Amino acid sequence: MKNDSQDPKITAKNVNVWYGDNHAIKDVSVDISDRMVTAFIGPSGCGKSTFLRCINRMNDTIPTCRVEGDLRLDGEDIHDARVDPVELRARVGMVFQKPNPFPKSIYENVAYGPRIHGLARSRAELDEIVEKSLRRAALWDEVKDRLQAPGTGLSGGQQQRLCIARAVATGPEVLLMDEPASALDPIATAQIEELIDELGRSIAVVIVTHSMQQAARVSQRTAFFHLGNLVEYGETDQIFTNPADSRTEAYITGRIG
Amino acid sequence: MNAPRKSLFTPGPRTRARNRAEARFRAFALAAILAALAFLALLLAIIAHKGAPAFRQSYLTLTVDLPAEKLDPKGRRDPADLARVKTFKYAPLLDAALERALAEAGGENPFAKPKKLRALLSRGAPAQLRARVLAEPGLIGGRITLRFLASARLDGYLKGRVTRESLARERKFTPAHLDVADTLRAAGLLETRFNLAFLTGSDASESRPEAAGIGTAALGTLAMMLVVLALALPIGVAAALYLEEFAPGNRLTDLIEVNISNLAAVPSIVFGILGLALFIRFAGLPQSAPLVGGLVLTLMTLPRIIIPARAALRAVPPSIREAALGVGASRMQTVLHHVLPLALPGILTGTIIGMAQALGETAPLLLIGMIGFVATNPPATPAEALLAPNSAMPAQIYEWARRADPAWYERAWGGIILLIGFLLLMNLAAILLRRRFERRW
Ligand SMILES: Nc1ncnc2c1ncn2[C@@H]1O[C@H](COP(=O)(O)OP(=O)(O)OP(=O)(O)O)[C@@H](O)[C@H]1O
Ligand SMILES: [Mg+2]
Repeated sequence: MKNDSQDPKITAKNVNVWYGDNHAIKDVSVDISDRMVTAFIGPSGCGKSTFLRCINRMNDTIPTCRVEGDLRLDGEDIHDARVDPVELRARVGMVFQKPNPFPKSIYENVAYGPRIHGLARSRAELDEIVEKSLRRAALWDEVKDRLQAPGTGLSGGQQQRLCIARAVATGPEVLLMDEPASALDPIATAQIEELIDELGRSIAVVIVTHSMQQAARVSQRTAFFHLGNLVEYGETDQIFTNPADSRTEAYITGRIG
Repeated sequence: MNAPRKSLFTPGPRTRARNRAEARFRAFALAAILAALAFLALLLAIIAHKGAPAFRQSYLTLTVDLPAEKLDPKGRRDPADLARVKTFKYAPLLDAALERALAEAGGENPFAKPKKLRALLSRGAPAQLRARVLAEPGLIGGRITLRFLASARLDGYLKGRVTRESLARERKFTPAHLDVADTLRAAGLLETRFNLAFLTGSDASESRPEAAGIGTAALGTLAMMLVVLALALPIGVAAALYLEEFAPGNRLTDLIEVNISNLAAVPSIVFGILGLALFIRFAGLPQSAPLVGGLVLTLMTLPRIIIPARAALRAVPPSIREAALGVGASRMQTVLHHVLPLALPGILTGTIIGMAQALGETAPLLLIGMIGFVATNPPATPAEALLAPNSAMPAQIYEWARRADPAWYERAWGGIILLIGFLLLMNLAAILLRRRFERRW
């Protein structure tokens, strides 16, 4: 591996999450390294999204959701009273499982984040950020002639890439991607994986995926979740070739899931 | 063995039963809508039929001699002298003018006293003539042709409300007057024309329905509606935003919610009592003032704005909020940039419907003295429009409807037409605003 010795970007210790009485995440501890792609895999409903949403405190917005445990970004407790979740989310970007473009133009969708964070000093700079982000999300060629068209008028896969463009436009330090390629054709998927690969060289990327091949292709580390437990976490090669836990093996060979 | 192959072209018995049920349901729904439309059409037809005459008014055109010895005995044309000649001195001049007009038209006065003819004219006619003379003293000594309001009885005759039979028991206005009217009408001196004064004028004393207009009361209503809009919209939207987007989910919030829902159902007269106690007795604001009316209606309208505004905010998909929060927008940015614009059409529609209810509200005005107040002078300044005693359209209609003379009835119906016109305008505005702000994406 390229960077074993560095400090982890995100550390989670004994994280528990409840939705009301439903114990969705049970005592999960992981370290997520910087400049690396980490994949979360596991059967549907095992809590991948829930855990991902803990990292940028998106679960705060769900009234029934209760998060306990220690979560740190760069060693700082993200649940500390001094932490402004808005600041946290500006640094930890997110691509949601369901594409959720703003009901505004394609341009506005991408420009919104940079605008509220003051990342562009002029219109030209903003245009540049928008173009670059859309190019990175492999959407530019399809939308460059209709940037003022509504973002919600795009196809499902295009919306997914628009949301990716929106997330990378703010230049986050950590990018959480919840099934970012679930609605994409093989070509767009390859382009997104290329983007993930490129991002993984400079920031921490966490990706949730149902595709074993994708996890194997893009990630350096893989975490396998099952029924709210983190069953196994380690080098991707290790997990896929020589899993330690029988449940992991059953899942990646297609016997549970 | 295979089941017999079914054709797509012959629906099965279950499908046919379902289709029959659907056809029945549609027939019921259609009948319900037709019944509602029929009632509405009937209502509008009655209102239009009864109220339309108020928009036309009968006038007599008379040429009046203005003898100097009567109007300015000292011959100095001194305004002070002229002002000393009171209205009743002008009345005989009109009698004479009527008699002469009748003679010129080829009729003759059926009455022994010329004074009897006066019943053809509005009681305000001498005052109108006097005002004209005082404004232009040079007219004295000559003659002037003016258009005078016909009396309500004569007006009713031209509109078909008054007939010879209906006059049988009256003493002041007799069928003989109608003969005179026929003659004058044939000579082109008596005509019915569009009644602008009804739209712009003020209420008149009980004996002059022909001179009454709803304009001043409409200004009172306008002032109240502006107060309601200026207060209820921002306060209502802010309250809805707080409750929907920021309020912690605790007991206190629940209590506030329940209270707001209940307030929307409180009878409006209760708000009137509250307004009387709070704004007039306690805060010392003037009685009958549109400002107070507007404040009372604001209290009444607030819950009716908050409830639909909250519904509109709640209808904004949570994924939009997540998207905004996910790129690092603050809660306020999320609300102002994304949620509020999407909820705006619903909020505005709710606001306008709440205001339309306030527009037609009569009961609370009773308690703060806006009913029964005879507004004879239109307000001159915006401050006066808010603070000077005035009436409001529904209050004015109520007031007219309880006066005895059937001529007042016609005014009341005419006022109702205007009120409904305003309501339709507001609803149209609601629809247009919706269209304007509604994004189809
Ligand atoms: N908003 C919510 N309210 C209540 N329960 C929830 C909510 N979101 C998730 N859950 C519950 O938490 C558990 C984990 O859900 P989560 O969405 O994290 O699964 P997931 O691993 O992302 O599944 P998938 O692969 O299908 O997206 C599930 O049992 C689900 O029912
Ligand atoms: Mg999920």
